[in-house]
Amino acid sequence: MNFIYSCGGAILRQSIISEAFFVAGKTLYDKVWDAHVVRQEADGTGLLYIDRHLVHEVTSPQAFEGLKIANRQPWRSTSMLAVPDHNVPTIGLEHGITDPVARLQVETLDANCRDFGITEFNIGDIRQGIVHVIGPEQGATLPGMTVVCGDSHTSTHGAFGALAHGIGTSEVEHVMATQCLIQKKMKNMLVSVDGKVGAGVTAKDIVLAIIGEIGTAGGTGYAIEFGGEAIRDLSMEGRMTVCNMAIEGGARAGMIAVDDTTINYVKGRPYAPQAQDWDAAVAAWQDLHSDADAVFDRVVRLDAASIQPQVTWGTSPEMVLPVDGKTPDPANEADPVKANAIRAALKYMGLEANMPITEVQVDKVFIGSCTNSRIEDIRAAAEVAKGRKVAANVKLAMVVPGSGLVKQQAESEGLDKIFIEAGFEWRAPGCSMCLAMNADRLEPGERCASTSNRNFEGRQGQGGRTHLVSPAMAAAAAVTGHFADVRAL
Amino acid sequence: MEKFTVHTGLVVPLDRSNVDTDAIIPKQYLKSIQRIGFGPTLFDDWRYLEPGEPGMDHSKRTPNPDFVLNFPRYAGASVLLGRENFGCGSSREHAVWALTDYGIRAVIAPSYADIFFNNSFKNGLLPLTLPAETIDQLFREAQATEGYQLTVNLAEQQVVTPSGEAFGFSIDEFRKYCLLNGLDDIGLTLQHADDIRAYETKRKQAAPWLF
Repeated sequence: MNFIYSCGGAILRQSIISEAFFVAGKTLYDKVWDAHVVRQEADGTGLLYIDRHLVHEVTSPQAFEGLKIANRQPWRSTSMLAVPDHNVPTIGLEHGITDPVARLQVETLDANCRDFGITEFNIGDIRQGIVHVIGPEQGATLPGMTVVCGDSHTSTHGAFGALAHGIGTSEVEHVMATQCLIQKKMKNMLVSVDGKVGAGVTAKDIVLAIIGEIGTAGGTGYAIEFGGEAIRDLSMEGRMTVCNMAIEGGARAGMIAVDDTTINYVKGRPYAPQAQDWDAAVAAWQDLHSDADAVFDRVVRLDAASIQPQVTWGTSPEMVLPVDGKTPDPANEADPVKANAIRAALKYMGLEANMPITEVQVDKVFIGSCTNSRIEDIRAAAEVAKGRKVAANVKLAMVVPGSGLVKQQAESEGLDKIFIEAGFEWRAPGCSMCLAMNADRLEPGERCASTSNRNFEGRQGQGGRTHLVSPAMAAAAAVTGHFADVRAL
Repeated sequence: MEKFTVHTGLVVPLDRSNVDTDAIIPKQYLKSIQRIGFGPTLFDDWRYLEPGEPGMDHSKRTPNPDFVLNFPRYAGASVLLGRENFGCGSSREHAVWALTDYGIRAVIAPSYADIFFNNSFKNGLLPLTLPAETIDQLFREAQATEGYQLTVNLAEQQVVTPSGEAFGFSIDEFRKYCLLNGLDDIGLTLQHADDIRAYETKRKQAAPWLF
């Protein structure tokens, strides 16, 4: 028998004896999973059919090589869409990629796509950009799809009610060769952000607050569905920001129910269904939400009104503070492993315990990445930058749009001019300083306000110090020279 | 893929939680288009005093004497003892390739990030999970005893200490089968090619816009 407890409107299951006399509704994850199971093994492992396979230059060459060695062809090359992004320079593109190792990697992607008949948006194509920006932008990510990519931030695409996993290179090869992924079904978690956020609080602040709550491993083994009024109120850009960082909370997949916001975003995009297919697809997508009586293995609730603009202070995304907060004191932490982690993070970040985060000055500002490089992000940063100047202590403030089309849109709105007048650099699209595979990076000891997703040691350059913030908060740090509450500017 | 049956090896204790894959193999080495050669740059930022770049002769760089992998007593270690959420962050399989290229055959930790955990099995690296108290005990023993070795027996699902104390661990049957036999799971999946085609036929009727 299953006992159902009502937990503030959501349902939490406690299985006492597994006797199936109550049949619960399905979660969104259950529905998309069930629609894609090719085979189910007795041990719970499923062979899951993959609708869309996004490919970039860093995690694919060894997979293509594996196919060639085994003399295999891609099962369905039309399911694949490729784009170089990690290694692409954001400046001086007319000279090509000057780093020969990076150039070879991008050329290898070009050659593999040619050899196997895979659509690729090459450097110079207006559609080129960060893989997790271009998929949705092209309508290549659709509601109810299974989406994979050899990149952990594939969770982004879950914003469309898709089941989107990051995978390793062996799995990339497996999906190429079989169109399937061997997967054990994950558990269901609901993160509900109830009520409305205050002015100046964005999707990035919501997701950082969620990670602060559940911890960086809190979602391990789960697919997280983000729900609640504050999530439903978000645009698709905002929803992508939230799902993008599901992996920073440990969850391979984050998902959001389909509604009119989703459908309106998808409509008319190049890869979206057309004509009668569109009507049939929209009808099918109406079911892409969790049933009212769906059962989650874990439910977490946050009060949207209590969420403030967030700034990370340490070397894990869970090390996060509201903008009026102070760095933690390891002396107040009872668990010795956690106290050591706080001490190590403060030391690496060059911070003291009990410091107000607004007293921390920045050297560089990065606005971009698959988390925050879409048009809405660029607009939010431009609104703060408008009529202001980058502070004298900030050596570099850069804006890197997520794709050529985002860049074009921003320029048509005059946003590039706002940034340039304020002293920001306006760059070409790519992953850029999120992971610093190209020339955009921090030097040892430099501190950065960054709209990216990871504040790990060395992530943005060896010895670099990363603080994760929203685009508006990054722009506020750029113009004040330190972390500042954007609501008070 | 290399088989994993029984392995006895020197244990290196890496006493940090949330070890991320950026730390295991930094980004500059991901430009390689090969699967091999990542061992010398495993834990690169922690392991060497000067910054590293692809193409360097890493044997000429200065090892960081404070990093545990560089302690002479842990030279040749093949079992890595870790803490919670090992392998979090980026999906880069290069992290697993770096560990195996260095010579690590098994990681023992209380928990792993999902993608790293999956990637390990595809490369003959066994990521096994033991309770946090057992991990604490193994850390104490490995730190106290020079030359401390553990035996990992996959068939028996046991980790055995030098004193003969044995700890059982659980593992999915399918993963165990693939590791024990060194099987390529693409070949296994292609045995179900008819099922995949049948699924596609049915799905094309229900959702033609997906094809």
